[in-house]
Amino acid sequence: MPTPETEIIVEDPTAPADDSPSVVSTRTVEIVVSLMLLALAVLLGYDNWRTGIAWASDGPQAGYFPFYLGLILAAASLYGLVTALVTGAGAGQTFVTRAQLSRVMQVFIPTLLFCLLTQWLGLYVASFLLIASFMRVVGRIALWKSLLTAFLFAAIMFVTFDIAFDVIMPKGPLEAAFGY
Amino acid sequence: MEAFSLLLHGFSVLLTWKILAVMMVGLVLGIFVGVLPGLGGPNGVAILLPLTFTMDPTSAIVMLSCIYWGALFGGAITSILFNIPGEAWSVATTFDGYPMAQQGKAAEALTAAFTSSFIGSLAAVLLITFLAPGIASFALRFGPPEFFAVYLLTFCSFVGLGREDKHKTIISMALGLLLAGIGMDTVSGTLRMTFGSNELLRGINFLVAVIGLFGISEILLTMEERLALRGHAASISLRVVLKVWKELPRYWATLLRSSVIGCWLGITPGGAIAASFMGYNLAKRFSKDKDSFGKGRIEGVFAPETAAHASGTAALLPMLALGIPGSGTAAILLGGLMVWGLNPGPLLFVEHKDFVWGLIASMYLGNVVGLVLVLTTVPVFAAVLRVPFAAIAPMIVVSCAIGAYAIQNAMFDIWLMLGFGVVGYVFKKIGIPLAPFTLALVLGNRAEDAFRLAMIGAGGDLRVFWSNGLVGSITTLAFVLLFWPLLGRLFERASRLWRPADEGGARAT
Repeated sequence: MPTPETEIIVEDPTAPADDSPSVVSTRTVEIVVSLMLLALAVLLGYDNWRTGIAWASDGPQAGYFPFYLGLILAAASLYGLVTALVTGAGAGQTFVTRAQLSRVMQVFIPTLLFCLLTQWLGLYVASFLLIASFMRVVGRIALWKSLLTAFLFAAIMFVTFDIAFDVIMPKGPLEAAFGY
Repeated sequence: MEAFSLLLHGFSVLLTWKILAVMMVGLVLGIFVGVLPGLGGPNGVAILLPLTFTMDPTSAIVMLSCIYWGALFGGAITSILFNIPGEAWSVATTFDGYPMAQQGKAAEALTAAFTSSFIGSLAAVLLITFLAPGIASFALRFGPPEFFAVYLLTFCSFVGLGREDKHKTIISMALGLLLAGIGMDTVSGTLRMTFGSNELLRGINFLVAVIGLFGISEILLTMEERLALRGHAASISLRVVLKVWKELPRYWATLLRSSVIGCWLGITPGGAIAASFMGYNLAKRFSKDKDSFGKGRIEGVFAPETAAHASGTAALLPMLALGIPGSGTAAILLGGLMVWGLNPGPLLFVEHKDFVWGLIASMYLGNVVGLVLVLTTVPVFAAVLRVPFAAIAPMIVVSCAIGAYAIQNAMFDIWLMLGFGVVGYVFKKIGIPLAPFTLALVLGNRAEDAFRLAMIGAGGDLRVFWSNGLVGSITTLAFVLLFWPLLGRLFERASRLWRPADEGGARAT
């Protein structure tokens, strides 16, 4: 048996509980997704029909190929919709539990905010804020460690992309203050 | 032996300090993403792709393919030490790998996994070296109808042979092809499906979609799970390596069988997942001592790892020779080729000899260097897992955003990436496969162009797809594969009907 020193143990303080109640069943999500795909297929199909789905003198018009793909997509999502409604497959399956959803939101909402902030503050400041707050709030990691890691990461990214590789990222007032 | 001299030329392209350094960086980054939970081959390659934008194509592809090899090697570390398969194709490795680690034989299991990965990849690379040039020169005779037939074959075989629900594969594929068509039509220059939006004018970039689908969605999925882990640290000594290697010849049959399965399933879109399970099950079936499987038998590590890596590598064969990727990761590499202005397909072997043979040579070299690297640095990479996910997740999000933005310098692409992240999350959870979507998105425009050029050439007559023996048989094969499950059922029913009729006939005489 391995001795304790050779073991690697990582804890997850905010792990989702196993017995959390279901928020929505897989069947419901399948029905919603099928409906959305159907709507998308109809929308794109209509736009392609407007562009022209007929044969011109130089072969098929621009809308021809995507129009028929739209038909295929519509047919396949309709089939999915009908099977989900008729057979009730996946009705008992949990799509996501409440605890899982809250964890997913814990990462999704900060990501959303990060994208918003990138527009105003630039990518590097936004990523500093994202990493520091995420480590502190979700990971319960010490404040100084979170700030240091976030600063180092943002700085390394800035040096690698904007300076070394000349890949220009969106920048905000802070970078402007330093003349970049 | 023309291939051999070209290969030597490929090595001469590679053996510069710059490329060797790029190779090491790629391998280290690859092992890193392979070890991290929730990241793997396709995600790693997609996220790190922007790093290569400013390099020349040869360095870039060497780096990307090394990231891929590294990720494949890294996946084995987590499956054996922590019983967490980093990728679906590592699942079979945990069956015997983790029990071995529990018995204190982690070093042996890891050595076995790395060595067999190496052997599997080597078998597939040999296949690529000697088969790809032949296929490419044959494909040079292809016109638009033939190319469209080959694309059709790829799409149909995904639908017919895939294990997911058929309608879900079709949804995924049709959606990918539709999204690929957004923007300016390449043949006539007409705008379509843009709805007056300036942002949609550029079209939906394949790499932006991939970064969202694989990177962001994987973070969302990983967060759902309990991320606590418990495993063994291990270091590999030279003595153990030599001991395992000495035993290797005893398992030649398993290694050979798994290599063949892997190569075959890699070229056809069966994929590495199927290959690893098939390799494992066949090794078990042919073994004299079946019960010892699952309890820490070294053969149970050899079999799936060899097959998975042979398959992962062989998936690059159709990509190089025909421009058709055999797996999700190969599709991303293909997307990379297009970013650097290279047109994947048979012409690559003629127009960019240096590039192709450099890439093939890098497969050999990358695997050898990778093997040495993982054998010596396992403890370091296992320790990476000590870093809490709460620190890694936001860094991956930032890397994804940088990647998505860098492609076209557009803020809209960051939003698009986020959207695709949500789509990928939902699709994965309701069982809509992402590989056909990726493939359709990257091949969409080429498939449509081939179709329309064929139509223009034939004056709008659909019979052009059966106009000669070659294109006719490919098209027919495509339809056979599309309806394969139906045909299989029909045959079954027919044979069931046949039997009673036969008995009736016997009675009558």
